[in-house]
Amino acid sequence: MSTASSDATHGQQHPISLYLKIWGLLFVLSTMSYLVDYFHFHGYLRWTLILLFMLLKAGLIVGVFMHMAWERLALLYAILLPPGALLFLIGLMATEADYTYGLRKLFFS
Amino acid sequence: MNTATVPTSALPEHPPGWRGFVSDWSSDRHAFNVSWGKAMMWIFLLSDTFIFSCFLTGYMTVRIATTAPWPNPSEVFGLRVGSTDVPLLLIAIMTFVLISSSGTMAMAVNFAYRRDRVKTALLMFATAAFGVCFVSMQAFEWSKLILIEGVRPWGNPMGAAQFGSAFFMITGFHGMHVSVGVIYLLTVAIKVLKGDYERKGNYQIVEIAGLYWHFVDLVWVFIFALFYLW
Repeated sequence: MSTASSDATHGQQHPISLYLKIWGLLFVLSTMSYLVDYFHFHGYLRWTLILLFMLLKAGLIVGVFMHMAWERLALLYAILLPPGALLFLIGLMATEADYTYGLRKLFFS
Repeated sequence: MNTATVPTSALPEHPPGWRGFVSDWSSDRHAFNVSWGKAMMWIFLLSDTFIFSCFLTGYMTVRIATTAPWPNPSEVFGLRVGSTDVPLLLIAIMTFVLISSSGTMAMAVNFAYRRDRVKTALLMFATAAFGVCFVSMQAFEWSKLILIEGVRPWGNPMGAAQFGSAFFMITGFHGMHVSVGVIYLLTVAIKVLKGDYERKGNYQIVEIAGLYWHFVDLVWVFIFALFYLW
């Protein structure tokens, strides 16, 4: 992990085997999330598994393929913290949509 | 004026951890220890994250709010192989194709920094080929949905009318990103082969192009989970 200052000419140097392992892991995770659908899991089990596999895959891609794991914290937080605001948006819209659904149930059915 | 040079002598130039986080942001100099090209690509990708998140949040909103049943993606995107219906088969293949393209791209970046021009270009051409393969399968999927299933942005025979607009908007925008990415990769790969970056002694453009490509794969991870598997 000798990338205290990632020089433009040398850049990110990691062994090929690391990329192959992550590639394999991504294949396994994708297969597992496909199997969740194939075996018709439902309810909270389905949700937990789908979101878990999704976040694991996203973490591997951003961390290793995009080299975020080796970048300095200044860049990491500048890029990864702002999307946190989206959780707030998602929470707001889920509440709002729930309310709309209730009204539609009440008046249109 | 006389205090300007005090902190530099006390601390090492790039201290690790939280101390480094504070000093990187506070010392009246550039914050990111990467080239401007890489920093700008990251900031562009951040803005793109917000665009795709707005689409996905909008999709979530209409899906929760509709009283009509949502078409079951598992059946809509299933394929018939021989005499059995396999759910989501095409989408699973598309997922594996895109992940493979990310793998070849990561290795292309590696060979670029080792200044292996031919291997870098070949791996980038392979990445672009996977990308073309992905877009072709998407075109097949769209034609099947429009011509055979009769899905339109304003309605479809299987249930909630919002299905079509959400589907075409999200996958269309993602497909456009893949297509642009293929053109971008081919341009950079040809310049690698011609030796443009060898003369400059700087191969970082390959890593920057790789960032864009991995992001396209990353967005697909979210679309796959939230649109197709929900």
